Amino acid sequence: TPCNCPPRAATTASLPQHGDRGFPFAAAAAAAAGQAPPRPRPAAAMQFMLLFSRQGKLRLQKWYVPLSDKEKKKITRELVQTVLARKPKMCSFLEWRDLKIVYKRYASLYFCCAIEDQDNELITLEIIHRYVELLDKYFGSVCELDIIFNFEKAYFILDEFLLGGEVQETSKKNVLKAIEQADLLSVLSNIKS
Amino acid sequence: MVVPSLKLQDLIEEIRGAKTQAQEREVIQKECAHIRASFRDGDPVHRHRQLAKLLYVHMLGYPAHFGQMECLKLIASSRFTDKRVGYLGAMLLLDERHDAHLLITNSIKNDLSQGIQPVQGLALCTLSTMGSAEMCRDLAPEVEKLLLQPSPYVRKKAILTAVHMIRKVPELSSVFLPPCAQLLHEHTRNRLSCILLGTITLITELCERSPAALRHFRKVVPQLVHILRTLVTMGYSTEHSISGVSDPFLQVGGHSSKTMTNTSPLSSPQVATNTDTSRNAGNAVLFETVLTIMDIRSAAGLRVLAVNILGRFLLNSDRNIRYVALTSLLRLVQSDHSAVQRHRPTVVECLRETDASLSRRALELSLALVNSSNVRAMMQELQAFLESCPPDLRADCASGILLAAERFAPTKRWHIDTILHVLTTAGTHVRDDAVANLTQLIGGAQELHAYSVRRLYNALAEDISQQPLVQVAAWCIGEYGDLLLAGNCEEIEPLQVDEEEVLALLEKVLQSHMSLPATRGYALTALMKLSTRLCGDNNRIRQVVSIYGSCLDVELQQRAVEYDTLFRKYDHMRAAILEKMPLVERDGPQADEEAKESKEAAQLSEAAPVPTEPQASQLLDLLDLLDGASGDVQHPPPLDPSPGGALIHLLDLPCVPPPPAPIPDLKVFEREGVQLNLSFIRPPENPALLLITVTATNFSEGDVTHFICQAAVPKSLQLQLQAPSGNTVPARGGLPITQLFRILNPNKAPLRLKLRLTYDHFHQSVQEIFEVNNLPVESWQ
Repeated sequence: TPCNCPPRAATTASLPQHGDRGFPFAAAAAAAAGQAPPRPRPAAAMQFMLLFSRQGKLRLQKWYVPLSDKEKKKITRELVQTVLARKPKMCSFLEWRDLKIVYKRYASLYFCCAIEDQDNELITLEIIHRYVELLDKYFGSVCELDIIFNFEKAYFILDEFLLGGEVQETSKKNVLKAIEQADLLSVLSNIKS
Repeated sequence: MVVPSLKLQDLIEEIRGAKTQAQEREVIQKECAHIRASFRDGDPVHRHRQLAKLLYVHMLGYPAHFGQMECLKLIASSRFTDKRVGYLGAMLLLDERHDAHLLITNSIKNDLSQGIQPVQGLALCTLSTMGSAEMCRDLAPEVEKLLLQPSPYVRKKAILTAVHMIRKVPELSSVFLPPCAQLLHEHTRNRLSCILLGTITLITELCERSPAALRHFRKVVPQLVHILRTLVTMGYSTEHSISGVSDPFLQVGGHSSKTMTNTSPLSSPQVATNTDTSRNAGNAVLFETVLTIMDIRSAAGLRVLAVNILGRFLLNSDRNIRYVALTSLLRLVQSDHSAVQRHRPTVVECLRETDASLSRRALELSLALVNSSNVRAMMQELQAFLESCPPDLRADCASGILLAAERFAPTKRWHIDTILHVLTTAGTHVRDDAVANLTQLIGGAQELHAYSVRRLYNALAEDISQQPLVQVAAWCIGEYGDLLLAGNCEEIEPLQVDEEEVLALLEKVLQSHMSLPATRGYALTALMKLSTRLCGDNNRIRQVVSIYGSCLDVELQQRAVEYDTLFRKYDHMRAAILEKMPLVERDGPQADEEAKESKEAAQLSEAAPVPTEPQASQLLDLLDLLDGASGDVQHPPPLDPSPGGALIHLLDLPCVPPPPAPIPDLKVFEREGVQLNLSFIRPPENPALLLITVTATNFSEGDVTHFICQAAVPKSLQLQLQAPSGNTVPARGGLPITQLFRILNPNKAPLRLKLRLTYDHFHQSVQEIFEVNNLPVESWQ
């Protein structure tokens, strides 16, 4: 019996099984090969996220894949250059190496995510936007300076929204509540000692 | 000496106050020295602040490895502030390649089992970000316990940590598979979307790793579909939604998981109609639906739905949506060619995009959509694009146009015109073989010699800078100069050209600094050829030739000297040597085949000592004998289907291995002058493969339009249909439609083939379904 997993490097495939109706028809399109190659599930939904200013200064870097410091620096440098070279009217997606880059500029900060080739770019834009909303709610009308002077908070907020490159919490309220509690705990622990 | 250490924010201010890079470096080095001293002294109170400063400095690009051990100490501290910064430091500074990172395993284990919830959260977060394979193996039991804890805050993090662990150590799947059922069960009771989201991700990851898990989780698919449906149709809670779309993240996750289990997304049409697409969130969900449909083996109707959704995306004002649509359509164009064709006008519109990445995609897609019925219209658009497109797309556009022209050119003259246009517009960007291709094309079209040379002359007279054009023009003028001067060509306005003008033009090319050495070679040779074509005396030509006898370019000099010798010593041979060239054989396997064919045909006529007419019918009789089908030879098949064995001995081709006995063609369908013919090829290198070329011809008085051929084979075989050459067959023997079927039959099962044809003919729509009988045994044995 054929394996039920989607074929990997498939250029041909059997007809869909429809029980005992003999062999049913396949349109010239579907049924068999030339079918769009299936997406193997990615190593991580998001590979990394970078925040940088218009002058190319890094404000946050979150890596969900293991890379050496040197490689991270190289990637950061090249990607920042590439994104900064984009004209304002261009679309938010670009192909870079074997990754898809989704970026969006909010005021003076670029938010840049790298996703795998088979991921959904549009939802990544939503992820970026949700993160910005969270920052905005937390800092009250967030600007780049907030993120510079409170970079640890920016990380903490991100870590309540995404985990291991995946979305962990879809409710804005819950994320902000968790941060509040952690902040409170932190203040209390400082007083105690 | 105890100096009160800077607060983090003060340090940041100081660094930003630095006017130059050197100043910044100074400030940072000073501070790092303090931080190092503080670490050495082991001050526990301010350790977290020191590390935070170090992390800031690290982000600016300065070394911070001496803080690694401090991370460990902070994580081990009981103060929450310390742990928070310590874990952050671990994620930023510790590297799984160095064994030092393993030292936090124990602390994590303690925090996971004994810590309060926020602490557990920190530990899980760190583990899922930088946890190496060893760490994952060590800590799997702890994470497993947390999966089923009552607190959703911890549970959702534990689930995603499990996902990370499975990615790092696939064997851990067996640990995390059993709890999934319970997690799903919990959701139906408590409806916690964060848990559901995590669980879906976990299940997807498990299915990815093992087919056993896949089978196990097939059962939950109906449940997931139900959840999705509920999300879409019923109300939503505002905190989870984005601009009116209920929890798009969850919807997207749901679709991805269905991709894994390869089931038909029954809810897709519902999602498509119910989702508000005025904002990106809605479109994101819709896009995921499309991706799901594309990835699993969907029914035809759903695939068409997907293509139509993408077609709608193309009209969206948001550039990102258009980009995503173009990219996905490119993936679908091979398999769902006719559905994508419907959106061709919109795709062509996208060529005018200002964003280069969009216009590039539009170009690729447009080129893929060219077929014999739309080739003229498409070429017009593409050529207009070529004139205005950005330089980095020129080369691709030019070669795309030339390729498409080669495949689908309706007439030779159109083909020549197209290539000419490309050469004048983007001459410097065409591939090297364009010149050779064009010269051969012109050479082969005898009736167009006059036309070609005239057009090329005009183009050359205007502009001698585009090298490929100049080369072809020079060659042409050389070959057909007499036709140029004769001045009578019905196809374009008559233009009187006299000899002096032609010679002057070629000399100009020779002398121009823009001409490449190869181009000069062409021009010189052309001049030489003209010496036999023109009626006037050859003094001017002789002069030029002798001048170039002392040219610095060796190749040119050699030619010139040879030509000069031709004038002086071998004048009697000149005319013969410079005669019109015979058609150059196109090199490649095709040439050998044709040569073989012509040899076979020659031998046949020798073997049968009768004039050609009855000989043709003899051939037909042989065909009858063999396959019982009435000899349907519109175009003789490349491999002659007569007694192949006997012929081979006759021919005695020592260097070519005897080809396998060719399979006879089969006519499978005929109705009112419309015929369908199958020809079979079994490539010797792949015994399981059968290639069937389906040819549809039309000898009636009415055109056949919207022709679609569908096929089905038994389950044990695999069928692949390539895009047809078109879907129109003009009347009275017009250009037939061909389509290639690839059938893989590794088990040599008996071949059965069912065909379904739909087309319009004589203003009626025709549909025929039939099974092909008398399939030759050689096609599957």
